[in-house]
Parts: sequence; structure tokens; C-alpha cells
Amino acid sequence: MIEIGLGHYLTLAAIIFTIGIIGIFLNRKNVIIILMSIELILLAVNINLVSFSIYLQNLVGQVFAMFILTVAAAEAAVGLAIIVIYYKNKGSINVEQINSLKG
Amino acid sequence: MLAHSLFFYFFSTIAVFASIMVTVSRNTVYSVFFLILVFISISILFIMIGAEFLGMIMLIVYVGAVAVLFLFVVMMLNITEQLTKRSSRKGLVNNISVGSIVGVIIFLELLVVVGGWKYKGTFVPLSATNLNMDISNTHALGNILYTDYIHLFQVSGMILLVAMIGAITLTFSKRENIKRQSYFDQIQREKDSAVSLVEVESGKGVKLDD
Repeated sequence: MIEIGLGHYLTLAAIIFTIGIIGIFLNRKNVIIILMSIELILLAVNINLVSFSIYLQNLVGQVFAMFILTVAAAEAAVGLAIIVIYYKNKGSINVEQINSLKG
Repeated sequence: MLAHSLFFYFFSTIAVFASIMVTVSRNTVYSVFFLILVFISISILFIMIGAEFLGMIMLIVYVGAVAVLFLFVVMMLNITEQLTKRSSRKGLVNNISVGSIVGVIIFLELLVVVGGWKYKGTFVPLSATNLNMDISNTHALGNILYTDYIHLFQVSGMILLVAMIGAITLTFSKRENIKRQSYFDQIQREKDSAVSLVEVESGKGVKLDD
């Protein structure tokens, strides 16, 4: 319990990942919180990569964590742009009212 | 060792609490603030276990750019007003059951993986254990990022470029009733349409534009 090992970091990543998943399901308010949950999921993946990188004494994990960071930033930018034009067209970003596709 | 574990528990507790608050908070602005708190505490954890470059980059990229972007969008869209107007409770209850089932199952699966760590096979020692403790983390990361992974690095730059162009084209709107410069008309203007030579008779003057 006192000794912090790889398992502790992996458990933390698992908890944050799960909170992200549940956040996507629970939230019916607006799309922005769904985007934030996706950011949480990507953060959990980053924790996994970095802790394994430290554990295995290999830097490749940190390099890939940086690439994930890049992709997360790009995804946030494009997603928020989509939200902005959706709000301009429909006047609402309530998840329940986004049903034009009838999915 | 004790200090390390104390720091770990402190910051991870804050991170978990804040990430719960991100999802359940009613005000979107509060959610963004809690997201910033999550990122800061996780980056402190990264710095603590020796990935200091990544921790700092996370502070810069997430807190400095992404979270501020979220904040700007939240403020632009005026969401808090429409939340109070139309929010239905029925859909929420429906989703809580399904969402918690899925979430709990995923969490249990992940815990099984972490718990089964004891029974793992022996790691095949990687050919390159390239974490050199003599040089700093940033130095070591740069050493392999700009040599072995240079192509991936440039591809990630292209991804950022494409995302930037995409975001601009999506949100760009052409406004009416505005005077713009038309470059092509200016460039295509020729001498014939612009300049005319007039033979002026003495004592009469010239009359143009009739």
C-alpha cells in the first residue's frame, strides 16, 4: 500500500477512463461535456503509456503519449468548431435535440 | 518512499474527484475548471515519476490551449441559459442505468487486468531500454524523437495543420453587405480598359466619362 508501483498508476488510469465512459453516457445536457469526457479518456491512455514507459525504462511510450496529445488537441479544435457551427444553425447543442440523423 | 506515496494519493484523489465533477457538474463552466484541475494534478504525477517534459507539455497544451478553447466556446454559446429552459429528467434516468452498467463493466474488466498483473508472463526484455538516467528527460526524448521518430513527428505536424484548416473553414462565414477587395479583378486589369490617350485640341479642353 505504501509502495507505489505500476499497478497504482494503472488503477488510477482505469478509474479516470471509466469516469470518462460514464460521462459520455450520463450526460444529456450538451455536447461540450461529451468532448471533455473524451479528453479524460485520452488522458487515461496517456497515464498508461507514461507509467509503462517509466516501468520498462523505455522512452517510446512517452513519444507516443506526445502524439496522443497532438491528436487530442486537433480533435478538440475540430470538435469545438463543429459545435460552434451547429449552434449557429440550430440554436441549441442539447444532446436530446440533435436528432436530425434519426439514428 | 513515504513522501512519494503521500503525493501520489493526494494528487490522484484530487484527479479522480475532479474528473467526477467534470461529468456531473451542472454548470459547463465549472466542468471546464474541473477539467483544468484534472490536467494539472495528472501533470504533477507525470513530473513526479520522471516524465517531466510530458508533464510540462501537458500543462502548456491542455491547460494553456485546449481548456481555454473550451472556455471560449462555452462563453460564446451561452449554454447556461438554455440549460434551465429545457432539460428533461426522463432521458437522464434512462441513461443513468445503461451508462452505469457499461461503466461498471468496463471498470471491472480493467481491474481484472490490473489485478492479474501478479500472474503476468515474464517480460521479454526490450532490445532497447533507452531510458538513460544521466541526461535529462527532455534531452533523451529529443534524442529519439528527432531521429527515430522524425517521420511520425512530421506527420503529427501535418495533423495539426489539417485540423487548423478544418476548424477555420468550418467556422468561417462570408458576411453580406461588406466591401471587399477583389484581387483577381485588380490583377486582370489591362492597359486598354484603364488608360486612354486623348488628343487634346488647343483651347477646347477634354470631356471624359460621357
